[in-house]
Amino acid sequence: MIITDETIDYVGILAKLELSDEEKLQAKKDMSEMLDYVSKLNELDTENVTAMSHTFPYNNVFREDVVTNGDDRENLLKNAPEQKDGCYKVPKTFD
Amino acid sequence: MAAIRCLRHLTREADKMNITGMTAAEIGRKIKAKEISVIEAVTACLDAIEQYDKEYNCFVTVDREGALKQAIEVQKKIDAGELTGPLAGVPIAIKDNMCQEGILTSCSSKILSDFVPTYTAEAVLKLMEAGAVIIGKTNMDEFAMGSTTETSYYGETKNPWDITKVPGGSSGGSAAAVAAEEVPCALGSDTGGSIRQPASFCGVTGIKPTYGRVSRYGLIAYGSSLDQIGPIAKDVTDCATILEAISQYDKKDSTSVNRTDNDFTTALVDDVKGMKIGLPRDYFTEGLDSEIKDAVYKAAEVLKSKGAIVEEFDLGMVEYAIPAYYIIASAEASSNLERFDGVKYGYRTEQYTDLHNMYKKSRSEGFGAEVKRRIMLGSFVLSSGYYDAYYVKALKVKALIKQAYDKAFEKYDVIMGPVAPTTALDMGASLSDPIKMYLGDVYTVPVNLAGLPGISLPCGYDSDGMPIGLQMVGDAFHEKTIIRAAYAFEQTKEYKRPAGVSERGL
Amino acid sequence: MSKAYETVIGLEVHVELATKTKIFCGCSTAFGGAPNTHTCPVCTGMPGSLPVLNKGVVEKAVAVGLATNCTITRNCKFDRKNYFYPDNPQNYQISQLYYPICRDGKVEIEAEGKKKFVRIHEIHMEEDAGKLVHDPYTDSSLVDFNRSGVPLIEIVSEPDMRSAEEVIAYLEKLRLIIQYLGASDCKLNEGSMRADVNLSVREVGSETFGTRTETKNLNSFKAIARAIENERERQIDLIESGEPVIQETRRWDDTKEYSYAMRSKEDAQDYRYFPDPDLVPIHISDEWLEEIKAAQPEFRDEKKLRYKEEYELPDYDIDIITNTKRMADLFEETIALGANPKKVSNWLMVETMRLMKEHQMDADALAFSAENFAKLIKLADDKVINGTVAKEVFEKIFTDDIDPEVYVKEHGLATVNDEGALKTACEEAIRNNPKAVEDYRGGKEKALGALVGQVMKAMKGKADPSSVNKLLKELL
Repeated sequence: MIITDETIDYVGILAKLELSDEEKLQAKKDMSEMLDYVSKLNELDTENVTAMSHTFPYNNVFREDVVTNGDDRENLLKNAPEQKDGCYKVPKTFD
Repeated sequence: MAAIRCLRHLTREADKMNITGMTAAEIGRKIKAKEISVIEAVTACLDAIEQYDKEYNCFVTVDREGALKQAIEVQKKIDAGELTGPLAGVPIAIKDNMCQEGILTSCSSKILSDFVPTYTAEAVLKLMEAGAVIIGKTNMDEFAMGSTTETSYYGETKNPWDITKVPGGSSGGSAAAVAAEEVPCALGSDTGGSIRQPASFCGVTGIKPTYGRVSRYGLIAYGSSLDQIGPIAKDVTDCATILEAISQYDKKDSTSVNRTDNDFTTALVDDVKGMKIGLPRDYFTEGLDSEIKDAVYKAAEVLKSKGAIVEEFDLGMVEYAIPAYYIIASAEASSNLERFDGVKYGYRTEQYTDLHNMYKKSRSEGFGAEVKRRIMLGSFVLSSGYYDAYYVKALKVKALIKQAYDKAFEKYDVIMGPVAPTTALDMGASLSDPIKMYLGDVYTVPVNLAGLPGISLPCGYDSDGMPIGLQMVGDAFHEKTIIRAAYAFEQTKEYKRPAGVSERGL
Repeated sequence: MSKAYETVIGLEVHVELATKTKIFCGCSTAFGGAPNTHTCPVCTGMPGSLPVLNKGVVEKAVAVGLATNCTITRNCKFDRKNYFYPDNPQNYQISQLYYPICRDGKVEIEAEGKKKFVRIHEIHMEEDAGKLVHDPYTDSSLVDFNRSGVPLIEIVSEPDMRSAEEVIAYLEKLRLIIQYLGASDCKLNEGSMRADVNLSVREVGSETFGTRTETKNLNSFKAIARAIENERERQIDLIESGEPVIQETRRWDDTKEYSYAMRSKEDAQDYRYFPDPDLVPIHISDEWLEEIKAAQPEFRDEKKLRYKEEYELPDYDIDIITNTKRMADLFEETIALGANPKKVSNWLMVETMRLMKEHQMDADALAFSAENFAKLIKLADDKVINGTVAKEVFEKIFTDDIDPEVYVKEHGLATVNDEGALKTACEEAIRNNPKAVEDYRGGKEKALGALVGQVMKAMKGKADPSSVNKLLKELL
């Protein structure tokens, strides 16, 4: 499968990665080879196979609706690159 | 401090006992018998790391102060009779993708090079409750993506058997630290072979438990549906002992499974009479190094001579596991690693023009090449128009692989084979060709896809003297079966140290 | 505008569920609180943290699905919706795409005198995002994760609505159902109910749909009505001038009364949904479904029928009382304390409605208790206080929920039943008002009213007017 510059740019937007020109060339090559390689799966007829997102048939794992956490702000904010007024500080963002 | 100095003096005597040469169980027994103190055991490891780790680079962080503090506390509890288990006072190392409160947890990545968690991974907590002393955090492939421990931001770890070779990965630091006798045991994590393969390359033993056996809470995710934490140690007994300590239902992990059969040490029995062992014929193809092939067959003979029934059979699906794995693991990774964005923790680029520029620069500067490669692939296979063709297809193949195993376990108790197609490769040999590197996971990856337990233990050495690993895979939650088989096999072998280690102090 | 156009509207309604804790962690959902004080490693997306589903969220989502005639998906899952935004700590939102918990429902609405069904495509569970506040001092944004992980359901309708009136009728209907269930308070202004409007226009008679846009940030019914009108006109203008309508998301600015496209080249709108491997599937068994069904409350339509049969109330009263869960609850609780249903209804229809209008408040905000309300009705029934006093006391109950028994005693408002004093007052009134007496005796029944008024005045309002009436007649 041929991977174009547009595809690499598009995936870069999705993944929030900015690749240098050299990295882009490499990424195109790597992705193209990898996709060719994984196309091996098309040898298998999976028409009537159910996709297995969870390996074991466990379900219904729940938590009761009871408050267990207190205020841990000070601790959680310790790792923030920038903070202000008890908040995580980020570049100006419009929503 | 005076107390520590005084204990240090006593250590001289203990030194002669070669604490670091012991297994975890031996250290635990000697501590219990008051032949050595916890401080002595811990100090022996810290000293060994100080002395030898410059050469191997197994550790990202050595928590000398914390370990000594823990040692004193654990000793008190042992003396008070509050801690009586086999791991009380035993030093252990933790792979650097498991959170430990107050200790740098980097995943060997620049993006987390200043991340100090405020919570401890459940598996690590369980070890602490058992009285194990956490010595430090071991090196790994960045975010566990790799099979060589060369992709670490902190430099590559070297194989104690031959420092021109890789220790395997991604838990290369843990495996090498055990082989180098810097610690008697360690925790690793295994997404596609990351415990078993480095254990094999370093001549030690490692278990990847059934998915859901050990809590993933606090393990920084790579491929969430595949990741499991497990032990790496010098023998099966230590692995079973550690696994027993860390296996417990955790309501903080929805995929944790509530089991009552976590008493793995009861399976340490030298008896395989009547055990049915299957050797997948399709494992022994041209890609497999002939010396490894011979060693595995020899191991089969040994087990046969001990009364096991060994047969060859066709497992099927072998060549489809790697493509399915790389789609699933990369897709999950692309999503799991989105949270590293320079907002809440971790690396943020110095200069940026706006939010998206900040995201892109922080992530592009913070992640290494292999991580970026997998994020790009994973984002692509999930993107609009490709999801069904790649991701859903891979999940269907995963179902077929699981079916192949289910069928095999109708007939066999254990599926036995090699861990990897080669012994440890030369440094730098595989990084330039990703697919070639990925192919090295051919025997380990399908086990993760099917969620099954697997053990890797040494079964021989190649003509260069590099260790060869033997893999035994059990049905879901049948860890005891493979522990029993591995233990029985191990009784026929002597533990062998790397030359550099056995020559120490001579 | 030369051609006739039809507006086609579908709604995506987000409702915050009234659970005590967040959807995937044990943090409180309480409103307010200093920034980030209701957060933990899970809802701030710390590495290694894992989500565990709040059972109450599933039960509330199923309850809403049942009440809106949906089919419940017995085996459902959560998916990750991947997009980068600072209010989204993991940079993916845990939501449901492939197997939403409810599907194919419908609710009946009435708008502009016509009844119709609005079909519900699906209802899914998801987590709310945090809040971003602009900091003018540093010209940056500050992130507060207190709302991050608050449980939401998103109710997605089919494009079945044709006017703002229908949209509002639909929202009112949903609000009522969900409030009756106690699944949410559904306050648009506080964001516990939010509606995104998908709108397209087409020529009347056309079978195909036009290109639709999605308008967000609508915080009141008025804003919704204005945004619909605005967007309809914008699209018609485009079509008339031969320009294409672009499928996009637009943000409504209610102060400027216009919307603008939320476009960015960094925003690919490709969410790469896939099943969340950190959460296991949900299976809703027959037993569990029956339990949830059994716990469903009586809804409005059922209540309406019952009120008519049991209490014989007029339709108008029933409509108003059942229009909010708060008033229906108040009505039923007061009756349960022994009050006469018709009298309770009367008090609600007349005095309560008057005071609500005066205070410009909704029935949801009624804060007085059924206990004090019932006591007041009893005091009036027993003629301990007269009607005028009762109204006065009710005002105090309405505003401050006072205990009427205590209040009447403390303020000496009880009706005077002292026969002697009453007789003296009547005699005095007759003596001082010869004109009225003469008129009455001359056959003018109305003249008695003036005398009663005089007596009531003399008694400082604390007499029972009917007793006064009777006594005056006897004396005359």
